[in-house]
Amino acid sequence: MPPGLIASYPHAADRYDEMLAAPGQPRPHWQPFAERLARFPESILGHRADFVRGAIEADGVTYNVYTDPKGTKRPWELDMLPLIVGSEEWEELGSAVAQRARLLNAILADLYGARSLLTEGLLPPALVFGQHGYKWPCQGVLPPAGIWLHSYAVDLARAPDGKWWAIADRTQGPSGAGYALQNRIIVSRTFPDAFRELHVQPLASFFRAIQDSLARLAPHDGEAPLAVLLTPGPYNETYFEHAFLARYLGFPLVEGQDLTVRDDTVYLKTLRGLRRVHAILRRLDDDFCDPLELRADSALGIPGLMGAIRAGRVLMANQLGSGVLESAALLGFLPAICERLLGETLLMPSVATWWCGEEPALEYVLEHLDDLVIKPAFSSMRMEAVFGHELKGDSRRRMIERIVAQPHAYVGQEWVRLSQAPVWNRKLMPRSVGMRVFAAATPDGYTVMPGALGRVAPRAGMEVISMQRGGLSKDTWVRAEAPVVRTSLLKRRLGVIDLVCGGADIPSRVGENLFWMGRYAERCEASARLLRAALVRVSSSDPETELRLSGLLDAARRSGVLPPDEDGKEDPRPLEEALTAALVDADQPGSVAANLRALAYAAGHVKERLSSDNWHALNHLEQLLSRPVATVDQALSALDQVMLSCISLAGFAFDDMTRDEGWRFLILGRRIERLYGLSTLIMRPLAEGVRERERMFEWLLEAANSIVTYRARYRRVPELLPLAHLLVFDGSNPHSVAFQVEALQNELARTARDLGHPYPSLMIDPLARRLADFDLTRFEAEDCELAVRTLRTLLAEAEDAAGNLSEEVHRRFFIHTVRPMHLRRVA
Amino acid sequence: MNQAVPAIVRYHIRHDTRYRYDQPVGESRQLLRLTPRELPWQHTCAHRLDIAPEPARRQAFVDGLGNLVETLHFERDHDALFIRAESWVELRQRDLPALADSPPWETVREMLEYRAGRGFDEARLEACGYLFESRHVRVKREFADYAAADFAAGAPLLVGVNRLMRRIFDEFTFDPEATDVSTPVTEVFEHRRGVCQDFAHFMLSCLRSLGLPARYVSGYLLTRPPPGKARLIGADATHAWVAVYCPGHGWVDFDPTNALMPDLEHITIGWGHDFADVSPLRGVILGGGEHEPEIAVTVVPEDEFHTLYGSAELPGLQPA
Repeated sequence: MPPGLIASYPHAADRYDEMLAAPGQPRPHWQPFAERLARFPESILGHRADFVRGAIEADGVTYNVYTDPKGTKRPWELDMLPLIVGSEEWEELGSAVAQRARLLNAILADLYGARSLLTEGLLPPALVFGQHGYKWPCQGVLPPAGIWLHSYAVDLARAPDGKWWAIADRTQGPSGAGYALQNRIIVSRTFPDAFRELHVQPLASFFRAIQDSLARLAPHDGEAPLAVLLTPGPYNETYFEHAFLARYLGFPLVEGQDLTVRDDTVYLKTLRGLRRVHAILRRLDDDFCDPLELRADSALGIPGLMGAIRAGRVLMANQLGSGVLESAALLGFLPAICERLLGETLLMPSVATWWCGEEPALEYVLEHLDDLVIKPAFSSMRMEAVFGHELKGDSRRRMIERIVAQPHAYVGQEWVRLSQAPVWNRKLMPRSVGMRVFAAATPDGYTVMPGALGRVAPRAGMEVISMQRGGLSKDTWVRAEAPVVRTSLLKRRLGVIDLVCGGADIPSRVGENLFWMGRYAERCEASARLLRAALVRVSSSDPETELRLSGLLDAARRSGVLPPDEDGKEDPRPLEEALTAALVDADQPGSVAANLRALAYAAGHVKERLSSDNWHALNHLEQLLSRPVATVDQALSALDQVMLSCISLAGFAFDDMTRDEGWRFLILGRRIERLYGLSTLIMRPLAEGVRERERMFEWLLEAANSIVTYRARYRRVPELLPLAHLLVFDGSNPHSVAFQVEALQNELARTARDLGHPYPSLMIDPLARRLADFDLTRFEAEDCELAVRTLRTLLAEAEDAAGNLSEEVHRRFFIHTVRPMHLRRVA
Repeated sequence: MNQAVPAIVRYHIRHDTRYRYDQPVGESRQLLRLTPRELPWQHTCAHRLDIAPEPARRQAFVDGLGNLVETLHFERDHDALFIRAESWVELRQRDLPALADSPPWETVREMLEYRAGRGFDEARLEACGYLFESRHVRVKREFADYAAADFAAGAPLLVGVNRLMRRIFDEFTFDPEATDVSTPVTEVFEHRRGVCQDFAHFMLSCLRSLGLPARYVSGYLLTRPPPGKARLIGADATHAWVAVYCPGHGWVDFDPTNALMPDLEHITIGWGHDFADVSPLRGVILGGGEHEPEIAVTVVPEDEFHTLYGSAELPGLQPA
């Protein structure tokens, strides 16, 4: 079909089309891409679209639509076709965006300083003091290097005449640059040849500029500067981006609780103690940053942060209070302000905007309602933009009343017919598009990312572009005149500073989450294995079911996989139903699903420290139990999948991860959990008499993941002595008690040495000695039952040791009651 | 007040705050706004803080509104916190404007409205900062409607404000049980009950809803012991009232809780958009399990100072 692909793409006469100059005729800078597109058979394009979808799913790229604790993560939506911008056009755009960033920074400096814009009448006080974003505690506070606005984004739209207009400024903590980068990674792999041929400008240098600038601009007092990315946490709508950017930039991803302020200096609580933070790239709204001076009910902030800012001891990117400029009402005042503050003409026009707080503007807006979009003048109003021409009858009257009653709260903005670009939906379909362009402050002025987050209206004919409403995104290709040299941030040459910073900045919270990730990963696998052992023994037709299940259900209850019997009464549900619930019911504590959820929670908090393979396995696990499980067969197959994914996770943990301090906590978590689980499990049969006990050995070996080894070694039905040897004393079996104990001794010793804490000898060494000293010949003697009792005591000790060690790790490493003395030493 | 009131008075103020915690507090930060501001009619002769336990760090700064803030940082376990602020303050009789002598209220509103290219001098610009909603103050038509009765067309600003203050005093009931710090001003309006802070927030809401600049003033009030009774230590409380910007006069105070214009018996600590800006004590603690603090305020005129405290329990701060 190829020739038809472009020909059948509709060209709208009344708007600008990004791709076509005239029907069927691509613009010159699109020509090479359009030609390639036309040459592809439709099936190939379909495959590439699948590739894009798959990559999004595999990388777990999400955008949370609601801040629902249960997580309404929705996959990021990316159209495979890039938006292409020519190099000359971009040069103009880039300098206009840089100028705008410079202007907005100058406005912030004025509003929090001399306020000459207000005394001279260039800006209405209502649009400053009336904004929730204006922060009184920041009045008179001068940020390091005089930069308020480090990171800036502007939403652009193209009018029918081909000119780009600014429609909204993002000045608080602009999101999207990370998604733009993620889009680039996926789309450049989708069309690798076209990507090369079109000389697309790379994005990496922009992110390097952010890294370098924060390091150079931060107040560092001669120390190696440490920058962190401050996130509100995993429930934030753009948390994926925070984790992704933190990993890409090499900044620790921190939440408010990871930071503390002492002597007006911000510190990161790391596993090694406190480390000074020199720059904070924040995605936390200013209101929430310091419960002491800003919103008192904020649990997300850092008490005392405002004091550190006032003292000039930390760089905030962006400075608190910079959100005041995010109002549409400001747009109309910018040209005059630009002349006044910069002595320059504003290079890029804003979309025509009338602030109703001025009487002539109010009159104009009411007269021309049909041609305007009504927006709130105050960003705190949470009002959606309303198209004047869509307002009829009562709703029109009500809107007019509202505007007249509080004119200063409304803005009328010219309704710009957005340009359109093709998206792929089994053919080329036109959609309204816009771009979000990013700029960053550097010591030499603002630098603009040569690329953008392409934003696409969710439906045909729709004019509003909003990610919250499910908009699509696009990669934006800015072409260069000549072939470009590609560098990646990940491969850049490292300096001495990087060596000093690397690895040591693991926040305690990250250590804690890794520890629990280790425990829950192990617990997921163990609970799945136990449940599987039970399910394969359940068969309604077989009268021996009960015999074979003997002790197993009880063990499952003891380890929490099945809920405990209430008041000694048996679970009234049919057995199969109870077992299925123990698999899928996430609200039942201890179920496989609940363990998975806890695993996902812990892993979600350390996302930026995990490799993409880890993410893939975790994403897979999360998706597994979303499918219905109705039959025993389905349950068994789901369990197999869970175990497989858990095994992959374990494989990554042992083979794939850098053995830094964080890793050690992951392993400690795994070992402690396995020691605990194994000890609990093995004790169960030992409580019974000989015959009863022996019936339980088979499921025990299965649940302890040693049945294959046992059969290979002994080729006969399980017996007490070889079983006890294999599961308890055999240091070569990774599923034995002795193995866990030895591994824990090693890891604890290393952790203690690396982090400068005492090795908790009393908690583990006596147990190791008693395991080593146990005389196995006692099982052959007359008083075999006495040996069994001793073994049970030993296992109970092991169980206790696991619990005590877990608490010890918490006490030593995760609770920060750091004293000032200690603090000065590490700082 | 009658003519017998002297032109200058001196007060001693003692403001005690005590927290007792259920569990030890490991770390605590407190912001204190307890130092009376310097004003044309007010001078703080002496001021000191006694703090137990001793904070690891103590600093002071002037906030964006010009109030002096002291910051305390505690880094060691403690299960109680005691802060005593003491001040000697001197008040002069204020130059209170004649109410009828103020510009029509609509003129004031119009003066602060933006017109293309219209600038503002510093005083008016400062006033503009107090025209809008804040944490505890709402701008709503229902507040404007309530106040409309007191602001006839062309009425002098201060006449209107005075009438509004008196009506709030008449129509609202002082009732400490009716509200707490977080009660929204709309609820205060609905039930017409509350304490000084609520009355101030309500009056601010009315004035700002009319487009008039008004701010929240935090301070102390001299109280009178019941007839025949002696003045008691700790019987007073912190107080709050409002100030309105009146071109030509500057900021003029009104106390809706007592239906009077503050003069020689109101000691100003500072001001803000509402309570949240000038809360005398504001803190964040780690650990604990916080109780409501016990607060005891004593305002005493200089000539009663020795009668009240005697020589046995002499406050640490002597008259300057």
